Amino acid sequence: MSAIQPPAELVWWKQPLDKVEGTWIGIALVWSLFMFFMMPFWHIYGKQNLSSEAYKTTPQAYMAKTQAMVDQYTVRTETAAQLPVVRPPPGSDVYLLGRLWQWYPLLEFEKGQTYRLHISSMDWQHGFSLQPVNINTQILPGYEMVMTITPDTSGEQTIICNEFCGIGHHTMLGKIYVTEGGQ
Amino acid sequence: MSDNQFRICPESGLQFHKPAEMLMRAHAVVAVVILLIGGIAALLVTLTRWPAIHLLPADRFYQLLTMHGTNMLIFWMISFEIAVLYFCSSTLLRCRLATPRIAWLGFALMLIGIIVNNAAVASGTASVMMTSYVPMPANPNFYLGLILFAVGALIGCFVFLATLVVAKDEKTYEGSIPLVTFGALTACIIAVFTIASGAIVLIPTWLWSLGYINHIDAAMYRIVWWALGHSSQQINVAAHVAVWYAIAAIVFGARPLSEKVSRVAFFLYIAFLQLASAHHLLVDPGLSAEWKIFNTSYAMYLAVLASMVHGLTVPGSIEVAQRAKGLTNGLFEWLRKAPWGNPIFSGMFISLIGFGFIGGISGVVMGTEQINIIIHNTIYVPGHFHATVVIGSTLAFMSLTYFLIPTLFRKQVAFPGLAKWQPYLFGIGMSSFTLAMMGAGTLGVERRHWDMAFTNSALGFEYPASAFTLMGIMGISGVVAILGGAIFILVTVVSVFFGKSVESESSYGISATRLMRADPVVVPEGGHGAAGKWGFAAPGTFVLALFFLAIFVLYYAVNWKYLASVWPMS
Repeated sequence: MSAIQPPAELVWWKQPLDKVEGTWIGIALVWSLFMFFMMPFWHIYGKQNLSSEAYKTTPQAYMAKTQAMVDQYTVRTETAAQLPVVRPPPGSDVYLLGRLWQWYPLLEFEKGQTYRLHISSMDWQHGFSLQPVNINTQILPGYEMVMTITPDTSGEQTIICNEFCGIGHHTMLGKIYVTEGGQ
Repeated sequence: MSDNQFRICPESGLQFHKPAEMLMRAHAVVAVVILLIGGIAALLVTLTRWPAIHLLPADRFYQLLTMHGTNMLIFWMISFEIAVLYFCSSTLLRCRLATPRIAWLGFALMLIGIIVNNAAVASGTASVMMTSYVPMPANPNFYLGLILFAVGALIGCFVFLATLVVAKDEKTYEGSIPLVTFGALTACIIAVFTIASGAIVLIPTWLWSLGYINHIDAAMYRIVWWALGHSSQQINVAAHVAVWYAIAAIVFGARPLSEKVSRVAFFLYIAFLQLASAHHLLVDPGLSAEWKIFNTSYAMYLAVLASMVHGLTVPGSIEVAQRAKGLTNGLFEWLRKAPWGNPIFSGMFISLIGFGFIGGISGVVMGTEQINIIIHNTIYVPGHFHATVVIGSTLAFMSLTYFLIPTLFRKQVAFPGLAKWQPYLFGIGMSSFTLAMMGAGTLGVERRHWDMAFTNSALGFEYPASAFTLMGIMGISGVVAILGGAIFILVTVVSVFFGKSVESESSYGISATRLMRADPVVVPEGGHGAAGKWGFAAPGTFVLALFFLAIFVLYYAVNWKYLASVWPMS
């Protein structure tokens, strides 16, 4: 009986498996379990894991922390809008915020050093997409995400917003400059 | 139950209950009209993201992208699926449809919902994308339209379930329901879960947009919304797998290799597929790694296992049926001599291959917790889901439509020459489109983005030239695929509304239904068909499956290697 008709045997569940099905199920199950255990394995042995450290916050509280960092560590300004470029000390807490339609402030890191990068949104949802290194995370209002990152390539990285956030979405860029260490 | 409520299709032997037939027709017609609207939006969106053309202004682009998403991913799919549910219950079980009047109420609510939602988007006050992430506000009617549609679809699901009860009660079949109906039941159960999640998230959001609720948490919205957003795509998976089995049965008279394996695989969908909603939240703040790993793996990939099983058993059942007809030379004579000129079969087979090789592999890879870091919200993501939803579901539904035109609508397929090529144009165009998007996404090109050149930004950025080339290939391939979609709509509309009825003899249009009348395949008692190799009933399919696995393993490894090159983070 074909698949659009009721099974021919009333007790169809007693029909033994064909070898082709049994063999394939075995292979596919092993592969499935391998893929599953790969994720915890990478948490232990891999170097690229997104931290689950996050805090609830408010736009006001987060803005205050960001501005305090900007006031302390700004090294220069860029663009017609005089955007501050902040060079925080290695190992410190760094605050980046997304808002319509800007990443604030611009950041300067030192290659090979580790930073605790906090990110939150002041208004709608945004997407943090660091290019060309290609690191992508979701940024939500009311939540402060913390990732501990170690830039291991120098040069200019651009933060592109990759969550749709209204009509200016495609103009929302930011920068992380990475300088060679030991200067 | 009076006999004049039923007609038996002389071509296929299927029995149609007239009220069910009218409902199926209505749902299918609405679905195709939605496909047309979504298709026009698709063309304009594609021509905008093709960098050399960059057709629309930004506001229009985001508006039409919203319209494309809701119409295709929700309205087209679910409208067609309700027709499939009625077919799999009333027609396959040869019984009356339960409560046709209530079913018409469901249809009306769905139609009103579609109109209300589209009107909101067309007004320009709801360009929020299908996901409508809070706190970005939309016109309240955007949410209201979705809610009305969902209520209508829920009614359709319960009519389907009630029809199963009617068939059982009135003993219109013996033993268990057919495998295809079982697949439709799987889709229905997932749909009920999906719609319930949709209600939980969209009703408060609607009230919020009206000002009755003052805050909706962005993280909570995403968790519940994706129980709607991803699960609704799992309805499609269950439905199109059921359609694959149905087409294998219709065209080849194939029977499942074993009922047990295929049904357990469907059950694994019910148990685990919805966990995949977590795929969208892998780089969200505030969720633990344990939560992400368990859910994103659909509980140790048991739902992936189910898809890999269907991927073997559907072509395997075709192979067994073909071998029983004497096509036993070598590993692949059964496939070489398959009816490649019949769009019912060619579309279904391209759907199977495209869903597995492109959509399936990319979905599992990008749904790996850490690998998602290099893929989230890039254009890789729509590349993946166009392979699952368009090549997988839409093409499978198109193939089924070629069968429904003569059987359900009683019309000959118009422009048979065009129809013969349509699945190839659509399937190959779409495959190239999705692969180009995945390539561009790997280079970091963003989804839902009007301007990859960033011309109006104070701070610039330049993607590598190869990214622009890939987006150009995406544009060309997209236009080819849309042409394939346009031919489908042309063939369908002309056949249904202006076509010759099947009573007059056709040279082509009913080839598949003729095949249905061929002698049923005789498979030896208690076995799965003996004409294979190595003791396997379907050795050719097994070789294809191993080839699939080899590509899967290779691509999985390549992505871990790419991830390892990214800045260390913890």
